[in-house]
Amino acid sequence: MTPALLRMANGSAAPLDQLPHLELDAFREVVIAARSRGRRVSALFGVPRGEAIALYVVLADDDAGLLECAFTTLAANRYPSMTPLCHEVHLFEREIAEQWGLLPEGHPWLKPVRFHSSYRPEHDAWGRPAGTTPVVGIIDFFQVQGEEIHEVAVGPVHAGVIEPGHFRFQCHGEHVYHLEISLGYQHRGVERKLVAGPAKRAIHYMETLAGDTTVGHATAYCQILEALGGRHATPRGYALRGVALELERLANHTGDLGALAGDVGFLPTASFCGRLRGDFLNMTAVVCGSRLGRGLVRPGGVAFDLGDSRITELRRRLDAAERDVRNAVQLLWTAPTVMARFEDTGKLTTDLAAELGLVGPAARACGLRRDVRKTHPTGIFQLIHLPVSTTESGDVFARAYVRWLEIERSIEYIRAQLGELPRGAVRRDTPTPGRGNLAVSLVEGWRGEICHVALTDDLGRFGAYKIVDPSFHNWTGLAMALRDQQISDFPLCNKSFNLSYCGHDL
Amino acid sequence: MWRALLGRIKQGHRTVDYPAETPILPDRFRGHPILDPARCEQGCRTCADACPTDAISALEGGLSLDLGRCLFCQDCVDACPQGAIHYTTEHRMAARRREDLIIRGPVFERAQALDKAMLRLFHRSLKLRQVSAGGCNGCEAEVNVLGTIVFDLGRFGIQYVASPRHADGLLITGPVTENMKLALKKTYDAVPPPKIVIAVGACAISGGPYAGHQEQHDGARSVVPVDLFIPGCPPHPLTILDGLLALLDRLGPERMVNVVPPRSPEDDEKLRWGLARAEDAVKYLGIGPKKAPKQTPPKE
Repeated sequence: MTPALLRMANGSAAPLDQLPHLELDAFREVVIAARSRGRRVSALFGVPRGEAIALYVVLADDDAGLLECAFTTLAANRYPSMTPLCHEVHLFEREIAEQWGLLPEGHPWLKPVRFHSSYRPEHDAWGRPAGTTPVVGIIDFFQVQGEEIHEVAVGPVHAGVIEPGHFRFQCHGEHVYHLEISLGYQHRGVERKLVAGPAKRAIHYMETLAGDTTVGHATAYCQILEALGGRHATPRGYALRGVALELERLANHTGDLGALAGDVGFLPTASFCGRLRGDFLNMTAVVCGSRLGRGLVRPGGVAFDLGDSRITELRRRLDAAERDVRNAVQLLWTAPTVMARFEDTGKLTTDLAAELGLVGPAARACGLRRDVRKTHPTGIFQLIHLPVSTTESGDVFARAYVRWLEIERSIEYIRAQLGELPRGAVRRDTPTPGRGNLAVSLVEGWRGEICHVALTDDLGRFGAYKIVDPSFHNWTGLAMALRDQQISDFPLCNKSFNLSYCGHDL
Repeated sequence: MWRALLGRIKQGHRTVDYPAETPILPDRFRGHPILDPARCEQGCRTCADACPTDAISALEGGLSLDLGRCLFCQDCVDACPQGAIHYTTEHRMAARRREDLIIRGPVFERAQALDKAMLRLFHRSLKLRQVSAGGCNGCEAEVNVLGTIVFDLGRFGIQYVASPRHADGLLITGPVTENMKLALKKTYDAVPPPKIVIAVGACAISGGPYAGHQEQHDGARSVVPVDLFIPGCPPHPLTILDGLLALLDRLGPERMVNVVPPRSPEDDEKLRWGLARAEDAVKYLGIGPKKAPKQTPPKE
């Protein structure tokens, strides 16, 4: 018997006093039973409540298109870990342990996530004395032992122009038995600075949480403010946000396909897509002046409008880019050398993907129908339904092919939107946030589900602001995909996920 | 193979002829900002208060703006009732000294080339190791883009290399998080001298939006000496390229004069209506045929 939970729609707010306060046992039961009830864990986080810590959970019911929320208060500084029975919360529990010093007893893999000291100095999940600063990357790595087993350590400074992270492989020759990923190098302390806001830097934090997902995170944040303020954005603003979100997806998916081609040494597509990615970014720059969409999405709508000539120009560019992307990407599927490397590399089963709580293209490549635009639509996506692009095989090919399907659909979608933008203003004022509210906002960024949760205090300020980047769900998927692979396929597998370090590290 | 060759023909030649041709950036591109203190009302600090990174100073001495902190957002422009700040589409903003990034007057002291001894070494070949130290992947992406066929960094002899031991210098992005400080220092130490350091983006110059957070160190200078500052959030790829080429004295004397971003009463009028450089809006950087057909300016 599941206790009553607060059911709310994506992008809405509810008074905190309507949120059911569960006993710890009931709360655990809700989380553990999530998967058997067809729910996913979108967020699980701790918030100080007096001397104690309250745990909040947001479950996504993809069939009903609703979110379920509840919280519990922990009297002690320990609780029985839910991870052994619900694997998808393993990183959430590690995060809570690191931030608030709550020990999840029986957690099979309790290691730091971002390597900062506890936010409650007198409480530390690892029993480290107050005042000591953890050293990043120093953890008890899982080790395989045996004759000729060896370890390969990569990072934090990598060979390419990418963000820092540490990868530890347990190998026998070329064969990888296990990969452990240790991040935290990009930790900038964003969530803590959002408390007591919204302040003038807030929107800029959102635009740089993961710089390649500027529109995605900024939209999630604006939806939070609009929900708390009780006033929607304008219809034209919604439509333009949708265009920007899909342009962001196009640029990144195109870039990823080019990079995947590069990782298997197929240079034509690598070169073409490198250029085409820029063409999509330049289209965003036509809209707002910034190739990454900085300054575009703002509470109440967007900051820039499109006139007729700009729309004509965007359409012309979209047509040209579509023709060239189709040409460049079709080369991949018809080149046996590429397909031989893509197929059966870095495979994940549907079950494992569901168990780990994967989101975005990585989940859809395993046949999971997880796409916030379809299951929890907000704004323009409530009116225009995009089909969910899935494939079944769960390998590098599937993750590449899902991206191609989404490229086709995003282009179609943008073209349709540009032809029928709603009239009226692009933006309107958003009232100040209501007091004592909870708001949840999901956006399907190009990597997958972005989840923001805000709690306001008695003055209407943020009491807590939780950000879950899709990468937070998906890094473990990459680690599992590497099992029983060749270590030389790591760059290919890594690129097929292309996860965010800074989005994870916050 | 025939398909690939055919594709190659269809995709065409895409490399921009920079620096020989002056690029035309989007009309809404926010490049070098212009201050007009004459418009300021006595004691007004609206812009300074609106700035998320305290890049603007509006003290009695006059208005100044620190490009090293600027996120190139619209917050000050929107806040100012007098229109005393506006952006131009001037992309050249790199500087050799941190203080040169603080703009007051109309002339911007742009980055000068390395000294002769250094130029002898690096003028035609510069190998850089990129280190992201808390960057959001915005600067990293725009740095990476220079390696694509559009900019083709290799033709200038500049290349990103996989190891600091193969490098002549570092290109740093991000505010230098506490967790990357040691790795950055070690990477710097591993580069054989003489070496240069380039800080790309507001974060690497000043901490950017994260300035003041205890989890980071307000930019690259906290750990290593910096030879070139390239502002932006993130900088446009051409801003980065211009900075690199200026440093290596690869621009030619006529393009090394100090930058005086354009401003005229007509510009003001156009800006007011969002029409600055409207005639350029339809032609863009790095795409389409080199000689784009003349098109009508957008009317909004």
